Amino acid sequence: MTTAETSTWTTKVGLARMLAGGVIMDVVTADHARVAEEAGAVAVMALERVPSDIRKYGGVARMSDPKLIEEIKGAVTIPVMAKCRIGHFVEAQILQSLEVDYIDESEVLTPADEEHHIDKHAFAVPFVCGCRDLGEALRRIGEGAAMIRTKGEAGTGNIVEAVRHMRAVKRGIAQLRALRPEELFAAAKELRAPLAVVQQVAELGELPVPNFSAGGVATPADAALMRQLGAEAVFVGSGIFKSEHPERVAKAIVKATTHYDNPDILAEVSTGLGEPMHGLELSEIPVEERLAVRGW
Amino acid sequence: MTLARVGILALQGAVRPHAEALRAVGAEPVEVRLPRDLAGIEGLVLPGGESTAIRKLMVAYDLLEPIRALADAGIPMFGTCAGMILLARRIGDGDEPAVAVLDVEVRRNAYGRQLDSFEANLDMPAVGDAPLHAVFIRAPAVTDAGPAVEVLARDPAGRTAAVRQGNLLATAFHPELTTDRRVHQLFLALVGSRRAAQAAAVG
Repeated sequence: MTTAETSTWTTKVGLARMLAGGVIMDVVTADHARVAEEAGAVAVMALERVPSDIRKYGGVARMSDPKLIEEIKGAVTIPVMAKCRIGHFVEAQILQSLEVDYIDESEVLTPADEEHHIDKHAFAVPFVCGCRDLGEALRRIGEGAAMIRTKGEAGTGNIVEAVRHMRAVKRGIAQLRALRPEELFAAAKELRAPLAVVQQVAELGELPVPNFSAGGVATPADAALMRQLGAEAVFVGSGIFKSEHPERVAKAIVKATTHYDNPDILAEVSTGLGEPMHGLELSEIPVEERLAVRGW
Repeated sequence: MTLARVGILALQGAVRPHAEALRAVGAEPVEVRLPRDLAGIEGLVLPGGESTAIRKLMVAYDLLEPIRALADAGIPMFGTCAGMILLARRIGDGDEPAVAVLDVEVRRNAYGRQLDSFEANLDMPAVGDAPLHAVFIRAPAVTDAGPAVEVLARDPAGRTAAVRQGNLLATAFHPELTTDRRVHQLFLALVGSRRAAQAAAVG
């Protein structure tokens, strides 16, 4: 190879590896994006409404206006991500044309296809997808996702679902590790995931792409909890800009994500942050309004 | 002889791939998040990641001064991508320099956005005749280098992609993301020569 080759699997997964140990923050304006970058975010997710507002607003949630994405791209030098609906490959084509750095095929938006996710291998821009368990993670990787995150339950400020999903992924990996090679065929069938990816995970003992956490992170302690449970980085949605002091909370979550295993620093950064976002108990959310069940 | 203890600045970024690469070339990686973690290290890797985020955490946890002092004392340092930006004395777009010991000017995101990230084979005679497969991710480029800086490799378009200045080594690309360990071996050789020089001085 004498010339350069762009948008390879290595460059897609590579960008996700560079985000490890960091915080990716949801932002709805260019000003938010600047606050996020100043606080030490490693990337921003550009969207029109944070998940808690999507939940409140109801109706169909779609890809953001390209104008907003362009404004946010112009405001910061860190990577800019944006969301498209599950299965909505035309929204993804538009986001690629806007040259966003990562596309989140996200359950936070209203799904456009109830059977199929996007063929992410067909795109030059890398994708991140959510999961609730190992099978879902491996199906998304099979379709070309270069980064995986837990779904959690976005917009609730309640970490319980993200914990459930991260534990399920880790447990699934541990179970695969224990299997003999001939048992992986049945395991792939049971996980409804491509055999090659199942075999790869059984051998590596981890996902072949970075494994991040999202959905319900509202405090520095939540971020550190997900890191201790094995998340390599953390997405924060409503938790920052729906809190009383976004800048303070943003900086504290960045520090907590770095020093996730140092309780002295966690105590220090958790002090005096003001009112966090108002949380939602899962039992208050009817099953049909839960975002994590979207995706197949 | 004991394994060389090599620190990896672990505030944010691709820490694990560097730890694996260091182990593969026979060093013992140590994660550095606070000044006390620098005690006893014989080299320091500044990994790729987001240089703005890493720099803010270096300031918040008082790491700039002690790392600069180690660099001045001759401790070998190896910066990849964001790590190269952190070592640089000058940053093209006016961003504040961090450790500021490597006499180069760099431009952040010199190649554009993620869609412009690429892989290519480079000539890097310092690690041997075989071409080096290099992965560039939202990479910076060296736009100017002082007289003490040796250019070790250029990208296919001719831009400076790897440099060395005494005990400092920096690449715009990510040797930790491939299985070719020659650049990490080159860095470990710097660590080894410093150890030998110190042993000779004591002896």
